[in-house]
Amino acid sequence: MSTPVRLTAGDVQKGDRLPELAHDVTATTVVLGALATRDWRPMHHDHDFAVNRNGTRDIFLNTPNQAHWFERYVTDWTGPHGRVARMIFNMQDSVYPGDHMIYRGTVSNVETDDRGCCWVDVEVELTAGDRLCTTCSVRVALPSDASDNPWKRRGEDWKP
Amino acid sequence: MDPPLLDPLPDEIASRVGEVWYTDETSFGIERGHIETGCASVENGNPLYWDEEVAQEITGGAIAPATMISVWFRRHHWMPEMHDALMPYQIHFDLKARLELPEAIMSHNLLEFGAPVRPGDRLRVSQSLVSISEPKRTKLGIGRFWVISQDFTNQDGERVCWETITGYGYRRQVS
Repeated sequence: MSTPVRLTAGDVQKGDRLPELAHDVTATTVVLGALATRDWRPMHHDHDFAVNRNGTRDIFLNTPNQAHWFERYVTDWTGPHGRVARMIFNMQDSVYPGDHMIYRGTVSNVETDDRGCCWVDVEVELTAGDRLCTTCSVRVALPSDASDNPWKRRGEDWKP
Repeated sequence: MDPPLLDPLPDEIASRVGEVWYTDETSFGIERGHIETGCASVENGNPLYWDEEVAQEITGGAIAPATMISVWFRRHHWMPEMHDALMPYQIHFDLKARLELPEAIMSHNLLEFGAPVRPGDRLRVSQSLVSISEPKRTKLGIGRFWVISQDFTNQDGERVCWETITGYGYRRQVS
């Protein structure tokens, strides 16, 4: 495997934009996500149920899988030393097969707490075409320098 | 005078706001194969989940993506004697049924993560009803908003996740 990214606090400033992540959603994307999250509800795999019973356009990405997409998006940027601590998301519209979904993120805050943990807040938007589907605020801990590792924090040293 | 939007909130629900309604334990083993399935579904190439040496160096061994937390509490689609299996957000479904609100959405979700989840962990969750609103009319229909929390701990009593969701159970508008 290639050497992973290792973002540290000094690399990040408020206002920084994360690289975009684009993905063409297919029925396979939706069904894979549903099965990987063990969500057997038919609106995530049965087109007829989704359209004719639920009245939606098609099957759609489920919530836990969307959360995993957001986690992946942020940790693609931080590398494996980035430790996601908190996510707040609001779902406004669904993501369907045929959508070209795009994740865009902006750093809204960088701070260090009284235990020396460096926190970065990122505001992420998931869009499909001109539709804003989900917004997600992610708080992630980054190493303060090359010798630090947020994954070693426990108890009072981990206060997201 | 306008007719009431919905029946009054039953005492059996109003009196249980703030209480733990359910506890549950993982019945599905937390293991690397399913962690990789989760990562594959979103093309998550984070080496923590694919490379044992990297995981050992950074996190002291294999871990699961934090957002897979709800996965470990979902039962198989079928298994022997699976009646009465608790669902994630069971209170959400209880409220829909008891308040006769056939439709529902989940609009807001907060997840706060603690100790990482590792293969072999046995997790426990407690579900509580945090609040429930007065009847509200929205573009979807007439219903109530409710907030449910889930507190997840591991076999050592460490908190691994704390979650709140906001649900809206409703009856469709009849035009």
